[in-house]
Parts: sequence; C-alpha cells; structure tokens
Amino acid sequence: MKFLCVDCDKQMAFEERQLPGDGTLAATFKCPTCGRVVAMLTNPMETQLVSSLGVEIGGRTVPEQPFETVRKMVSTGRDDAFTEPGEPRGHAAGSNGAPSWSAEAQERLSRVPNFVRGMVKRIYADYAKERGIAEITPAVMDTARAELGLEGM
Amino acid sequence: MPPIRTYHDLTDADRSGLPEQIGAQRKRVAERLAGVGRVIAVMSGKGGVGKSYVTAHLARALARSGRAVGVLDADLNGPTIPRLLEIPRAPLTAHREHIEPLTGLDGVRCISMAMLLEDGAPLAFKGPSAESFVWRGAMEASALRELLSDVAWGALDALLLDLPPGMQRYVELCDILGAPPAVLTVTIPTPESRDAVRRAMRAAVDRGSQLLGIIENMTGQGFAGTAGEDLAREFSVPVLARIPWHPTPDTWNELGARL
Repeated sequence: MKFLCVDCDKQMAFEERQLPGDGTLAATFKCPTCGRVVAMLTNPMETQLVSSLGVEIGGRTVPEQPFETVRKMVSTGRDDAFTEPGEPRGHAAGSNGAPSWSAEAQERLSRVPNFVRGMVKRIYADYAKERGIAEITPAVMDTARAELGLEGM
Repeated sequence: MPPIRTYHDLTDADRSGLPEQIGAQRKRVAERLAGVGRVIAVMSGKGGVGKSYVTAHLARALARSGRAVGVLDADLNGPTIPRLLEIPRAPLTAHREHIEPLTGLDGVRCISMAMLLEDGAPLAFKGPSAESFVWRGAMEASALRELLSDVAWGALDALLLDLPPGMQRYVELCDILGAPPAVLTVTIPTPESRDAVRRAMRAAVDRGSQLLGIIENMTGQGFAGTAGEDLAREFSVPVLARIPWHPTPDTWNELGARL
C-alpha cells in the first residue's frame, strides 16, 4: 500500500503510527513537496490482516523475536510453554550490565501473560541496556512502548 | 485529471519497508534450513490415512539408521507428533534468536503446536472474531513460517513435515520455502482415498515438487482397493511401502532404507 499526492505527483512518506487499543490503526503519511498529511485508518479486521503477516507498518523497531507472531497472537498458549535461559531475575542488576527492575516495573511485567512475558521482558531490557538505563521503571516502560511502538505489549 | 501513477510506478524508499520485511522473513527461513539435507513433506489429500503415524515411525527408523532427523508438525490445528514420539511435556527454551526443539524416541527432534497450546485447547488467535476467515489463514501461515525459521535444528539429514489433510498447508509451505519440497504421499487402499490423494499429487506436480513415492497404509484387512498401485502407475513413482495394521520395526526400517 502506498499513497500518492495527486497534486504534486509525489509519493507520500510514512510519518507516524498509532494503535489506540480498540483494534484499529491510524498511520499518517506526508507529501514531501507540499506537506499535506493524510491518515490511513484501518478497521480491526484490516489491522489484524497486517499483524497476521508478521510485519510492522512504519518499519521494525526491534529485531524479530523467535516465535514472535505466535507469542503475540495466540490466545490459547500454555503458561509454561517457554523458558528463557540466562535472563536476570529479581531486582538486582544481572551480569553483563543488565538493568535491574523496580518493584513497580516487576509488578507490571507480572501482569503480562506468561506465554509472551519472556519476550516482552527481553525487549524492555535491551531497550534500557542500549540507553545505559540502570533501572527499569514503569516510566521507562512507557517511554519504550512509545518509542518502539510496542502498543500491544 | 491526468492518469494517476500505479503502485509499481512509485519506487521511493518507504520507511515501512514491507517488501523488505517479507524478504527478511524468507531469508531467515532459508538460513535456518541451510543445515538441513532434505526437506520432505508427508502429505495426502485425505484425512485419517495415518500421515502422522507414518511420519513419526519413518523418522524413528531414519534415526535408528544413524541419520539426524527432525519432524515439524505442520498440522497446527490437530498436532499429534509429540505424543507419537513420546516427547515429555517440557517448556521450549527460547533463546535470543532461536527456539530449541524437543527430542523424542530414537533421538528424533521435533517442534509442534502441541508444545505451545493449553491441554485440550484449540489453536485460537487474539483479534476480531467477525469474518476471521479473512485473516486466519494468513495467521496460520505466519505460525508455520516461524516454526520453520526460528527452530535451531542443527545439522539434519532430513526434516519431515507432517502436513494436515488437504492442500492449503502444502501451498503455504511452497511459498514460505521459496521452492517446493520433496513429497511423500500416504494413502490407504480404498478408491475413495485414491481419488482424494490423486488431487493432492497432481497439485504437488503442478507446483514442481519431486514425488518420492507412495506409502500405502492400513493394508491387509478392512480396506479393499489398489490405491497405491493405481497412483504409482499414474504418476510413475514407486510404492515405497505397504504398511499393515500391525507393523513391526522392520517394516519401518525397510521403508527408511528405501529413502
């Protein structure tokens, strides 16, 4: 799918993606010549179709994780389906400069279903580590979600 | 208004890079399977002919003969391979870039949706339930792609893919692999099975798959017919084995030796 500014005969460029949480998606595109912005609004079924392809509108912000689509989209996954080796646990920082998790952040993470939790935890930890953040807090999680486009996590 | 340029006329770099994302998915599959000697799809156009049973026992026979074998249970909605290989229930180890397969009887490595789903639960997806037929097929194809791209099999002589009845999963597999896999066909002796399996074999030929041969299952009592012979003659392929109702390990060893 591409967008063309008919007046300028120019391909419009992706600007921003928003997932309001009701299954819909909004993506804005801007004409590089005249600056006109249009929004593409998809209904839940159309959004789901894009998700089912395992691609991200606006481009990938984190590397594709193993079984990413399965872990994000399957609703009948076993709680104990996965184990994540070598992941630091608890509040203390792990080896290799891994960030620690505040109690509040751990509580929030505990609300993520087990089936996908390990993957989510790794993404947040990588985000913090790459930015030199020593402790992951709910505020850090919010920032990461916004920056990385992790609206569904 | 002048003619509007078409999709293919617009070639500016797109930040979404959807074609590049799809290309990266295909590349990941190819890289993961680079260490696999042969990818073999076990298929049939007919349900209930024993594809999974044959797949599991053939994999075990190949493993007993010293070959490194994996089984990918591509029957996402009715996975049975872990039970047939007597794989103990255990979590899958999810590393940063791959998932480890589990190991069953005779050292056969395996991945299956059965390892991921709650006991007795169907494969269900988050998302709008209305008109789910629009996206469900794509979601299952993505799941199949991830089973292919994300499992670190290590070096394998053969990866057997146990396909569900029908042709849809085979077509998805061809698209994901980028080339058609070799195909082993399973039938029972009856003319009804023959007619359904014929369609599947025709589809495989049309896609360019190499037909390795036919395995006629459940022979000797109960089912009358010559489906194996008929299909072998029609497609100029061998009947690799006729599996009786109560096969011995030698039955499977002989089949493994013929592949």
